[in-house]
Amino acid sequence: MKRRLWSFPGGVRLAGFKELSNREAVVPFPVPSTIVLPLGQHAGQPAEPLVEVGERVLCGQLIARPAALVSAPVHASTSGTVVAIEERPVVHRSGIPQRCIIIESDGLDEWGPMDTAGEDPWRTPAKQLVERIRDAGIVGMGGAVFPSAVKLAPAKPVDTLIINGVECEPYITCDDLLMRSRPEAVLRGARLLLELTGARRCRVAVEDNKPEAARALEQALAEVLRQDGAADMEVVQVPTRFPAGGEKQLIRVLTGREVPSGGLPFQVGVVCVNVGTVAAIHDALFQGRPLISRIVTVTGDAVSAPRNYEMRLGTPIREVLDRVLRDDARDMRVHIGGPMMGFELLDTRAPVAKGTNCLLVRAQPAETRPAEAMPCIRCGACVDVCPVRLMPQQLYWHARAGELDKAREHHLFDCIECGCCAHVCPSRIPLVQYYQFAKHEVRAAERRAHKAELARARNEQRQARIERQKAEKAKRRGRGKPKRDEGADAGGDEAAA
Amino acid sequence: MLAVIVITALSLVFGIGLGLAALRLKVEGDPLVEKIDAILPQTQCGQCGYPGCRPYAEAISSGEADINQCPPGGYVGVVALADLLGRDPKPLANGGDAQSDVPPELVAVIDEQTCIGCTKCIQACPVDAIVGAARHKHTVIDAYCTGCKLCLEPICPVPGCIEMVEPELTVERWRPPLPREVARV
Repeated sequence: MKRRLWSFPGGVRLAGFKELSNREAVVPFPVPSTIVLPLGQHAGQPAEPLVEVGERVLCGQLIARPAALVSAPVHASTSGTVVAIEERPVVHRSGIPQRCIIIESDGLDEWGPMDTAGEDPWRTPAKQLVERIRDAGIVGMGGAVFPSAVKLAPAKPVDTLIINGVECEPYITCDDLLMRSRPEAVLRGARLLLELTGARRCRVAVEDNKPEAARALEQALAEVLRQDGAADMEVVQVPTRFPAGGEKQLIRVLTGREVPSGGLPFQVGVVCVNVGTVAAIHDALFQGRPLISRIVTVTGDAVSAPRNYEMRLGTPIREVLDRVLRDDARDMRVHIGGPMMGFELLDTRAPVAKGTNCLLVRAQPAETRPAEAMPCIRCGACVDVCPVRLMPQQLYWHARAGELDKAREHHLFDCIECGCCAHVCPSRIPLVQYYQFAKHEVRAAERRAHKAELARARNEQRQARIERQKAEKAKRRGRGKPKRDEGADAGGDEAAA
Repeated sequence: MLAVIVITALSLVFGIGLGLAALRLKVEGDPLVEKIDAILPQTQCGQCGYPGCRPYAEAISSGEADINQCPPGGYVGVVALADLLGRDPKPLANGGDAQSDVPPELVAVIDEQTCIGCTKCIQACPVDAIVGAARHKHTVIDAYCTGCKLCLEPICPVPGCIEMVEPELTVERWRPPLPREVARV
């Protein structure tokens, strides 16, 4: 029986370019001599370093601990010596350097003790498992890099677990290759997450342009269920349409439920996890292996042999390029992620991080500069393709005019920045950049308001303190203590305050 | 006669009702001052001629001060005040680019090599953002600094000791630029 599927509004069909890189098996990329591990590879607060310069570290050793609830630890991805803790270029749109721990590899790749290995995860309470997922530094590997432990401890019970293997962006094939090469890791991880979250059913979603991955999963499923106990698990092929892999879009397709505006999936009883994340959780819980590497797609027309590599986190992208670029590749541009939602890398010294799923390296011949944007003609093509049912053209006008409150009224913050609107825009307006600009402006205004509130409170406290001091002084004078007159240095007690 | 009794009774009932409502629903303070104060940037810098943002808000409310005396609020602030009070916006009175946006956020930084520990800036700071003690180096807590410049010379007796700088650009503070469009409408 074919499973009933729903559909999400809008979306576009894109040329996949996946066959470029999905023909070769995943191979390990050589461990580089210098590893650069950013402290902020995840959403939330950057981690706090636990090691000092000059210290020897082992592979898998915890070297930075989470600084807040929404944060993640960092582990050494090879053995060696910490040579610096300093700001280095990282994978981020802004190009702003971030604090990183730099490890000079000793070439031994020696693992530290794995203290969690040997424990049977099936008999461990859910709370402890979530703790271990957090300790392993696992974040959403689909690109959002949100700490998984936070997601897996939802505030409300859920009934459906969705494993997201859709991978709808063109060019990227790292999840495809993961599902083909390690289907049992994905499924066993999912089976355990089913226990952990208390969900009743699990759906592993794969886009129907990846039949090999779907077949591999289906073949492995029976064996996993036989070994680990029967459960309502199913591999579901979903129609290929961008952005079917968006969390809210996929929930809609599989369950027909709609995550409310500004809400999270658990509010409709769903937890959605990327396949790469599930495999990382599998490795952490069954093998005690923290997150120190990931599969990265290296593709594009400037790459001599596009394929997927298992890379250590912290591998400088320049070293990757040195190995894979075509000899005649000049003037190329490196994109992190896919062409729709990715961004251009400003500095190739930046290292591969937990969320780096794809290096798209394209030659940039002089004549194909981006076309100039033309005025908006209000054709409404963007409205038809918006998967969130927003009005992109209105958002564009408001963002451009700086009318931030109006942009918010048009649900600016529900925009998932998928880029469908810009893709179909006949005037080639960089719409998503306008939305990003507007979102940042709104957040900056909120920060300013918060700071003003803080200043107001501090000023009031100061006024009250000055009043109090005056009153005390007057009281002392009233009681007749002429020695302490007005000439007493007010600065002294203020400085002490 | 009946009409007189009915009207009297009604006016008594409404009078008591209104009297009770006035007691029950009494608003503390002046709500307009609160609203004006909420628009002001809370730098407490005194550039408006009043000792802080709240006194200036009270002065605007009473009609004593005009709405265009706050340079840190920028022209944006003047427009917001004009909106609230139903007046026409006007260019800033005391300095600042007339039509400019909000001026850049600056924070004070004390050069600890030249600081003599006189505590004068500590006393001048309206938000207690400077820590230190007599004859010890002072420093600014940049998260609290409003950029009011009240600690600069001549309050600080050492030339070049306190400077206003742009806070360090971090990933959290970073803002993407507005896309550059080549074609014009």
